[in-house]
Formats: sequence, C-alpha cells, structure tokens
Amino acid sequence: MDSRLRGNDDYSSWRLFPPRMAIARSDTATLFAEGTVSTLRLIVYLACAVVLMVLDHRGSYLELLRHTGSALVEPVYRLAAFPADVARATRTAVATQDQLASENRDLREALLLAQARLNRLDTVVAQNARLKGLLDAQKNLGLSVQFARLIDVDLDPFRHRIVLDVGSNQEVAVGQPVIDAHGVMGQIVEVLPNTAVAMLITDPTHAIPVVVERSGVRTIAYGSRAIDELNLPNVPISADVKVGDKLLTSGLGGRFPAGFPVGEIIQVKPDQTGMFAAAVARPAAALDRSGEVLLLHDQPQPYGPPPALDEMGPPADLAGPMPALPATAAAAAEPSR
Amino acid sequence: MNRVRAQGWLFAGSLAVAFLLQLMPLPQLLLPVKPYWVALVLIYWAIELPEKIGLGFAFLFGLAGDVLTGELLGEQALRLVVLAFIVLRFRARLRFFPMWQQALAVLALLLNDRVVMLMVRGFSGETIPSASYWLAPLVGMLMWPFVFLLLDDLRTRLRGSEPR
Repeated sequence: MDSRLRGNDDYSSWRLFPPRMAIARSDTATLFAEGTVSTLRLIVYLACAVVLMVLDHRGSYLELLRHTGSALVEPVYRLAAFPADVARATRTAVATQDQLASENRDLREALLLAQARLNRLDTVVAQNARLKGLLDAQKNLGLSVQFARLIDVDLDPFRHRIVLDVGSNQEVAVGQPVIDAHGVMGQIVEVLPNTAVAMLITDPTHAIPVVVERSGVRTIAYGSRAIDELNLPNVPISADVKVGDKLLTSGLGGRFPAGFPVGEIIQVKPDQTGMFAAAVARPAAALDRSGEVLLLHDQPQPYGPPPALDEMGPPADLAGPMPALPATAAAAAEPSR
Repeated sequence: MNRVRAQGWLFAGSLAVAFLLQLMPLPQLLLPVKPYWVALVLIYWAIELPEKIGLGFAFLFGLAGDVLTGELLGEQALRLVVLAFIVLRFRARLRFFPMWQQALAVLALLLNDRVVMLMVRGFSGETIPSASYWLAPLVGMLMWPFVFLLLDDLRTRLRGSEPR
C-alpha cells in the first residue's frame, strides 16, 4: 500500500503492516497534510457510484442483488428486529393480572358485539347471495387472504416501507394489496424468499384510486410526507367532498379491489390556482401501529362488459327436441382435420 | 496474535452493530431523528485507522448498506465515499481537535451527507423530504462523543487486557 495514503498513526497498536512503514510515514506526514488521499481516486469512486446508480435506476439490479443475497439479508433483518420483539414479549410477560383481566373483559365485550353483528350479517349475506343470484352478478366479493406479521425494521424514515415475514416461498407476489383490520395499508413492492417489502399508501410516490363513500366522487389519494396524512390534490372544486367523508378504494386501475376503507377526509380547502380543492385525509389503517397484516390474493377483476348470458328463453326441457344444434356443436368441438 | 484478532473483531463488530442500529425500529416520533450510525462509526475508524478505511472500503461498505436498506444501488456508496474522503483529507487536524470541535466537524460532515443524499434523491426523481430531515445530523453530533469515547475505551481495554 502506498504509504502516502496512510496517516501518522503512531500509537495505534493494531496494524497489519510491519512497523518500519509506520516510522517512515510519520516522518513525512505533516499536521496539515493535504495529499493523504488523492482526488483522482475520489473521482474514480464517485464515477463508479454514479454509474451504478444510473444503471440501477434503469434496470433495478439492486432487487436482483438483494434477492440473490437474501440468505444474508433476511437474517440481518430478523436480527435487527429481535430487540423490539424481546421488548414486546417482555411487556406481555410483565403485564399485571389487572391489566390482563380488564383487557380480557374488553375483548369479550367486543367479541359479543361482533358476534351479534355477524349474526345479523349472516341474514344480509344470505339475502345478498339470493339477490346476486337473481342478477347473475359476476363480481365475487369473497376474500382470499394471507396472514403476515411485520418484521420491525426501519429501512429509511423518509420512505414509508414495511417489511413482512412472508415471501416468495409463501407465494407472495409483487403488487399484492396489504390491509389491516381498519383499511388499506399499501402494496407489496419487493419480494425476497422469506421476506417482502411493502410500500405504504402514505409513501410520497404512492397513489391509490379512491371514491368518496357518501357522494361517489372519484379521485386519487397520494401519499404525503407524513405517516398520518394522504393528499387529494385534484378534487374538482364543485365536487361534493366534505370533512368527515369516508374514502373507499374505487377498484379502478385493477390493483386494489373495490370497497376497502382508505381514510377519512380531515380538511378541504381550495388549492393555489382555485381550480381544484385540495383535501387531506387520515388513513384508516393503523399504519404505524399494526403488528399483523393481511395480504389479499389476486381476484379476477371485472374488466369490460359482463359476458353474454348463456341461458335465454324457456328452459331446455320445455323447448322440445333440437334438431340441428347438437350436430353443429359436435362439429365445433371436433378439431378440424 | 490474539490482540490483533481482538481488535479486528472490534472493528468488524462495530460496523455490524452500526448496520443493526440503522435497521433498528424506533417509535414513530423518533424515527426522523435517528442518526446515521454507519457514518458515525465510519468516521471514527477513518480517524483512528486510516490504513483500514480507504475510499475503496467506504465504497464497498456503502454498497453493503444499499443492499440492506437502500432503494438505489450506489447511493450510500457515494455518500460514504464523500464522507471518507473529507475525513481522510482532514484527519490530521480532526484527531487533535477537542471533543466539542470534533463534534462540530461531525455535524458539518453529516449535514454535507444529507445534502449529497438530497441531490441523489432529487436526480432519481423523489420528493423533497420534510423539515425533520435536517434534524438527524444534529442528533448525530450529540451522539458523536459517546460513539467516540465508547469505541476508544473498548480499544484501550482490548489493548490493556492483553497479557504480554
């Protein structure tokens, strides 16, 4: 190694190099040495970094690299989350009998309430199924979800990302919506074998199509820089949007299924141009508190017009024998020779 | 050479702990003021062991950071190379500064780092972060004496406890 590159480190006892180099070095080094690191090398490394960034910006090799190195990356995430897990476990362990009893009582009351609601809902579901059967609706609101737990690591406080403990081994895919008990949280943006990274709806680069529940006004909610705010910068000034309105996913765009709570409007005011109203909403999901989340599996989205109904007219057994149709159907089913 | 090995463990261990601290969750309120631990530890080793910390090391270290936490490969590498360059350039003066002056220098380094980061993110098309973005360097400055004294103390102990 070039001795100029090394400072005058006399009393540092750990060195991998023979001491004669150090002695020679301390003679030449001055207190105001300017040439200890060469600017050329700085420029080379900076150029390397810039080239890497440009390449990565175009091709996102970082994800590939992280995926390849996931055997190393994932344990580090788990390790970093370990103290928080221990703290949570300790808090549960030392919770007093009193707290537990009161929490138990609260939960039992909540369960009772939920049970009562569910019972009522059962009738509604049955009725709904009957009505839908009558309408022959294509849209199925059944949910296929997967449970996931948060790995408590912080990738960057200025980017709203969470790390989940499921990955491609658990059949998680990029683009899956993430919800919690209260509403939409975000979507998966990166998948490692046993870990996935989700972008929250409050991330400045995230946008979600929403509809105002009360008036049906459609707009887009963008992430803000705060964890508890969503921006709706382009609501028409004449649109019926008020403070307190609930926002639901509209299902447009196909990424998020329709009808999930997104947030609640907390402020509406005209923007600078006066052409639009800029609304601010509070996310419905507990973005900074949820420990467990649900991943939605892709459902067939009702794109385009519904397919033509296959059964028209009176029932087939009343129509009598059909002379030509079976023959043509059989011909159609046969591959052409 | 048990002593050399112990010092090597301290070196590697401190860098690993810096990464873990960087990933460590904090309450939402404290998140924006989390200091850039990786930079603090790197500054320490650049001042004390410049023969270990060259620009190349800072570059590789930054790449490791990018793989762990980053969004854009090379961002932390660039930041840490700039940081290491400045520290190595002014190392002879930095190491004889009194603690408060050193802490001020660290503040300047971390602020500069934030500016570099802002530039990188601006070029890659991200939004300007909120005002609390600028708080972390201040906290980093306040943490610097502790990092310095802790690592220095550990190093002295490893050196002293060694039977000759």
